[in-house]
Amino acid sequence: MSTTEAPPSTGTNGNGASGYRWVGTRPVRHDGLDKVAGKARYAADLNLPGMLYGHILRSPHPHARIVSIDTSAAEGMPGVKAVVTGADFPEAPPKGATRNLMCTVIARDTVLYSGHAVAAVAASTRREAKAAAEAIEVTYELLPHVLNISDAMADDAPVLHDNLFTRGVEPRPTEPSNIAARTVYERGDVEQGFAEADIVIEREFSTQAVHQGYIEPHACVVDCDQEGKAVIWASSQGHFMVRSSTATVLGWDTSRIKVIPAEIGGGFGGKTTIYIEPVAALLSTKSGRPVKIVMSREDVFRATGPAPGAIIKMKVGARDDGTITTAKAWLAYENGAFQGIAAMLGCMCVVSAYTLDHLYVEGFDVVLNRPVNVAYRAPSAPAAAFAMDSMVDEIAERVGIDPIDLRIQNCPSQGDPTPYGPKWPMIGLRECLEAIRDSDHYQSELPEGQGRGVASGFWFNIGEASSATVNLNENGTATVITGSPDIGGSRASMALMAAEELGLDVHLIQPVVGDTEVVGFTDVTEGSRATFATGMAVVEACRDLKEQLRKRAAKTWDCDVEEVEWVDGSAVHGPGEQEPLTLAAITGNAKRTGGPLGATASLNARGAGPAFSVQVADVSVDQETGRVTVERYTTAQDAGTAIHPSYVEGQMQGGVVQGIGWALNEEYIYSDDGNLENPGFLDYRIPVASDLPMIETCIVEVPNPSHPYGVRGVGEVGIVPPLPVMANAVADATGVRISDLPLSPPRVLEALTAAES
Amino acid sequence: MKYAAPTTIDEARTLLAGDAGAIVFAGATDVVPQMRAGRPEPSMVIDLKKIDRLMSVSLDGDTWQVGAAAPSSALTSNAAFAADFPGLTEAAGLIGSDQIQNRSSLGGNLCNASPAADSVPALVVNDAVAVIAAADGERRVPVADVVTGPGQTSLAHDEIVVCFELARPAGGTSDAYLRLIPRTEMDIAVVGAGVRLTLDDSGNVSAAAVALGAVAPTVVRVPAAEAALVGSSLDDTALAAAAAAASDACNPIDDKRGTINYRRQVAGVLTRRAAGIAADRIRTRNGQNGAS
Amino acid sequence: MSRTHVNCEVNGDAVDFLTEDGESLLNALRDELGLIGAKEGCGTGDCGACSVIMNGRLQCACLIFAPEADGAAITTCEGLASADELHPLQQCFLEGAALQCGICTPGFLIAAKALLDENPDPTETEVRYALAGNLCRCTGYDKIVRSVLEAAVQIRTPA
Ligand SMILES: Cc1cc2nc3c(=O)[nH]c(=O)nc-3n(C[C@H](O)[C@H](O)[C@H](O)COP(=O)(O)OP(=O)(O)OC[C@H]3O[C@@H](n4cnc5c(N)ncnc54)[C@H](O)[C@@H]3O)c2cc1C
Ligand code: FES
Ligand code: FES
Repeated sequence: MSTTEAPPSTGTNGNGASGYRWVGTRPVRHDGLDKVAGKARYAADLNLPGMLYGHILRSPHPHARIVSIDTSAAEGMPGVKAVVTGADFPEAPPKGATRNLMCTVIARDTVLYSGHAVAAVAASTRREAKAAAEAIEVTYELLPHVLNISDAMADDAPVLHDNLFTRGVEPRPTEPSNIAARTVYERGDVEQGFAEADIVIEREFSTQAVHQGYIEPHACVVDCDQEGKAVIWASSQGHFMVRSSTATVLGWDTSRIKVIPAEIGGGFGGKTTIYIEPVAALLSTKSGRPVKIVMSREDVFRATGPAPGAIIKMKVGARDDGTITTAKAWLAYENGAFQGIAAMLGCMCVVSAYTLDHLYVEGFDVVLNRPVNVAYRAPSAPAAAFAMDSMVDEIAERVGIDPIDLRIQNCPSQGDPTPYGPKWPMIGLRECLEAIRDSDHYQSELPEGQGRGVASGFWFNIGEASSATVNLNENGTATVITGSPDIGGSRASMALMAAEELGLDVHLIQPVVGDTEVVGFTDVTEGSRATFATGMAVVEACRDLKEQLRKRAAKTWDCDVEEVEWVDGSAVHGPGEQEPLTLAAITGNAKRTGGPLGATASLNARGAGPAFSVQVADVSVDQETGRVTVERYTTAQDAGTAIHPSYVEGQMQGGVVQGIGWALNEEYIYSDDGNLENPGFLDYRIPVASDLPMIETCIVEVPNPSHPYGVRGVGEVGIVPPLPVMANAVADATGVRISDLPLSPPRVLEALTAAES
Repeated sequence: MKYAAPTTIDEARTLLAGDAGAIVFAGATDVVPQMRAGRPEPSMVIDLKKIDRLMSVSLDGDTWQVGAAAPSSALTSNAAFAADFPGLTEAAGLIGSDQIQNRSSLGGNLCNASPAADSVPALVVNDAVAVIAAADGERRVPVADVVTGPGQTSLAHDEIVVCFELARPAGGTSDAYLRLIPRTEMDIAVVGAGVRLTLDDSGNVSAAAVALGAVAPTVVRVPAAEAALVGSSLDDTALAAAAAAASDACNPIDDKRGTINYRRQVAGVLTRRAAGIAADRIRTRNGQNGAS
Repeated sequence: MSRTHVNCEVNGDAVDFLTEDGESLLNALRDELGLIGAKEGCGTGDCGACSVIMNGRLQCACLIFAPEADGAAITTCEGLASADELHPLQQCFLEGAALQCGICTPGFLIAAKALLDENPDPTETEVRYALAGNLCRCTGYDKIVRSVLEAAVQIRTPA
C-alpha cells in the first residue's frame, strides 16, 4: 500500500476543482432516500414476533449502598416474564476499566449517581414493564454525595471508591480520594517565562457538564437463543464495540454475539459505549424471548453521556510585541462516577494552538456522583480552549494587536514541538487563521452595537483499526462493505473514494455497513476517524482490486500484466494493440478468467492528521436582560481533503452549533439532593433553528500526507472554538469578560450589573 | 387508564363526577409530559375537544367567547381576535412550537396552574372571566381568581372551564405581552409581563393593568405599577416608576430557570417594554383611524 | 387488558388498529401500523421527531392519545412521496444534504410541509421559527433551512 505518497495539494474550499473526478463532488448520499422516506431502520424501529419490552429501574439517589432488592412483587405482576438485578451479572473485578463498564451497566452494591441502573424487567408491553420495574423494592442506605469538583477535591470529601489512589503523584498517596489521576506536561521554565513577559494575566474559568444531545435515545433489541447465542440490533458508534463490551459485561465469549448495526440517530461520542445491551441480553436469556429496551429521554439525560464540566486556572505571559512566552495551567475535570481521562486530554489540548517556550500544565481527573463521562466531540478540548483563547483575546486587546494577527504570530507549524511531546506534522492552523482573516465576514464592518469574537481550536484525530471488503458484481457495479456505522454521510464518502480508485461512477457503488459477521473488525467511529481510517481500508481494497482487474485483462489479452494500465475505470493495453476493457466487461467475463472479484483490507491506520478550526462570530447583547443573540457566524476548518464537501460543511456547522449551545445555555442543573433538574429538552436548552443565523463555512484543505486522499478527520474540532468565540464576542459587545459558562441571560446580566457598580 | 371523548359538557361532568381519578384534557401538552415524568396515571382521561362550545372562538355582541379547549392556533389565526387582543394573541402564540400551538389551550394553560403560564398574565390584564361548568350550573370567575398556587386551582374535581369571556376593548386601548426566555422558542418563561393601557385623546394613560408571570406562586397583578402609569404620558419617569414597582412586586424563587435577582430585574424591564408596545399599538391604530 | 379499536385514515388509506387507551398515537403508528417514519426523540413534545399532520394541523404524535385518532386523517412522512416521485421537500433535503444521522428528518419534512402548505413563500426567519419545534443536533439547521427555502421555490415554480 502506498499511503505515504503525498496526495496533491488542493485548497479548493470543497468545490471539487482538485483534479479528482469523484472526490470532492457532492452526490446524493446512497442511504438518503430511505431516510427521507421514513423507511430507514433505527434500533427502536425493529419489532420481532414475541418481543418483550425491557424497563430499567434507576436509582433516585446520587450515592447509596444497596441494602436489598426485593423483586417478588414485580415478578408476580401481569405480563412480566423476567427480572434481573446486579446479582444476575458476573462479579466485577475490584477496579479498572472493566469494573467501570460493568458497574455502569448495572450497579452492584453501591449506586454512584442518580439514574444509576439497579434492576430491570421484561414484560409483554411497555406499560407493564414500567409498572413492574416500579414495583421492585430497593432498600438503600444513603451515603453522602459530592456533585462538583471543588467539593469532591476537598480533604473531607466523601470518597466514592475506597480503592482509588491518585495516580501521577509521588509518593503514591496512602489515603484514597476522589482525585483519580494527576497529569503534568512541562517545557522550559515558566517562572523565567513570566519574568521575561511584559504582561501577565491570571484568570480562573469554569464550564458546565453538557450532554451530547443526540435526538435518538439509546435503543436495542436482543434475541438470545437456547444455545446461548445472541443477536443484537443496536444503534451505536461501533458494533464491534457493542459486541466486545456486551461480552465483557456478561462474561461471555464474543463469538456468542452477533451485532447488527441499526441506523444511528446521532452519537457525537455518546454512543461509543454501551448501557442497555447486556441487560436486554440477560432478560432475553431468562425469558427466551427477544427483548427491546429503549431509553426515555429522561434516562438519556440522567444516565448517559455527559461531557465533563471543568475548572481551569490559567496564567499567561506575553511580550508587548504580542509574543506569548509562557503559560501555566491548572485543570480539573469531572469524570463522573468512575475514573476517566478527561483532564489528561484537556492538558494535551489547552495550549496546542500556540507555540510557547515555557509551559507547565497540570491536570486532575476527579470522580463525583454524576453519570460517567463519555466522549463528546473533541473531548475536553472545548473547555481548555475556552480558557486559553479567552486569555489570548485579552492579551491581543492589551497589546493592541488584531486577535487573528496575534494568533498567526504565535501559531505552530510543521516541526515545532507539541505541548505533549511529538513534533507537529503538516498542519493547517495558519491557513485557517488566514482564511478567517480574509473572509467576507472578518473583513466586513461590525454592525453598530454588536461585538465580534474569534478563537481557534485543536483536536488530535485518531486512526485505529478498520476493515473494508469491496466486491465487484457481475454487472460492473461494486459493493463496498465497511464496519463503520454511518453517522453523518460516511457511506457516501466511502463510495466516493472507491469511485475515484476504481474509476467507476459513484452511483454504481453500493456502500453498506456490515454486521460483525460479514466484515472485519472495525473500531468505533470516534476521533473523526471513519473517513480517514475506514476510508484508507476502502482505498487499499480498491487498489488490490485494480491489481486483480489488470491481471484479468492481461489474461484476456494473453499479455504481460505490466502492459495493462488501469485508466478511468478501464483496463488499457499499454502497447495499444487491444481495445480497452471496461470494468463491467471484465466482471461480466470473470467466471472465465478466474472467478468473482473481491478484496478485503484490514489495517491499523496511522498518521491521523491533527485538525484545527478558526471561527468568528458577531453577537448582540440585550444589556437589560443579558440575552445574547448570534448575528453572524463563520467557521474555517482544515479538512485535509473534503471527500464530500456537503457533509464536511455539515460536520463543521453541526459542531459549531453544539459549541454555541454549550457556550450560551446548555448545562446540567443538579438539585442539592443530587438529582438532575433538567432531564428534558425543554429545560436542557440545545439551540433551536430560530436561535441561529446561517453558519458560513470555509473548508481549508491542507492535505494529510498519511492518507491517500489527504483526509483529516472533520468530525470534532468544530465544537472547540465556539466557547471562547462566544465569550470573546460578548466581551467585545459589552466590555465585560465573563469566565464562567454558560453565558445564559442571568449570568450575563449579573456580570453586567456587577461591572456597572 | 381509559380514554373518553364526551360531546357535551354534562356528559363530561358526569364522567368526572363518577371517577375520582379522572381528569379532563384538551391538548394534553401538560398532561402527557407530566405522566412521562412520573406523575401517577389518571384512571381516565376525558378529551374536551369533541365539545363544540369548548372549541369555538366567537364574538357575541361586544364579548369574545374563547373556548377553553380551543388550540392556541385558533387565536393566532383569527385576525379579528388578534386585532382586539394583540397581547393575548401573542402570549398564546408563544406557547411552545407550532406543533404545541395546534393543541395547547387557554383552559389547559390556566388550569395546569404553572406560575409561568404565558397566557395567564395576558388574560388577567384583559379582565378575562372564566366560565365554569359546576354542579349547580355555570359560574363566572375572574381568571385571576382561578389559580390559587402552583399546580392548584379553585376548581372542584368535577368542574370544567368552558370558555373565557373577554369584553372587546374600548377605543384607545390595547395590550402587549413579553416574556424572557433564554432561547428564542421552546422555553418556559423566566419572567412574563402583560400590560394593557388605555390612552386618552391627549395621549395620556387613563387606565392601566399590569400582571407578571413566573415571579411568584401565582400570576401577580401590580397595582403600584398601574398607578405609576395612570395619568402619565408614558414618560421615562413614569415608565421607570412602573418598572421599579413591577420589580418590587416580585416574590420569586431561585430555580433552574432563573435567580431571584434576575427575575426581579427583568420583570421591571419587560413591564416597561410591554407598556411601550401597548402604547405604540394604540397610537398606530389611532393614526390609522385618523387617516381613514 | 382491553384494547380500543380505532379507525382512521393514514396517508390516504383507511386503516384500523387496536390500542391501549393510554398509548400515544406515535406508538400506535409505529407498532400497530408499522409506520416507523415518525420517531420518538423525547415523548414530551419537545423535539418534533414525531411530527404528523392530523386533521390538517401539525402536531406531535407523542402527545396524542391513540384513541383520539378515531375518525381522523393523518399524514406521516411515509405519505409525502407519490409512487414515482419524491415530494420536492424530500428531494431538496437529499440534494441539499439536509440530513446527517436522519433521525430528525421525517419530523422536519412534515413540519416543513405544514409550513409551505400555509405559507408558500416564507422568509428565512419564518422558516426558522416554523421549525423551532423540531430539534436537530447534527446539522446546525443551516442546510435544513436552505433546503426548505429551495423546496418552496420549486413548489411555487414547477419545472
Ligand atoms: C414543548 C412544550 C412547550 C411548551 N411551552 C409553553 C410555553 O411557552 N408557555 C406556556 O405557558 N406553556 C408551555 N407549555 C405548556 C403547555 O403547552 C401549556 O400550558 C398549554 O396551554 C396547556 O394546554 P393543554 O390544552 O395542552 O393542557 P392539558 O395538558 O390538556 O391540560 C392541562 C391541565 O389543565 C386541566 N384542564 C385542561 N382543560 C381544562 C378545562 N377546560 N377545565 C378544567 N381543567 C382543564 C387538565 O386536567 C390538566 O391538569 C409547553 C409544553 C410543551 C410540551
Ligand atoms: S417525540 Fe414527540 S416531540 Fe419529541
Ligand atoms: S440529522 Fe441528526 S438530528 Fe438532525
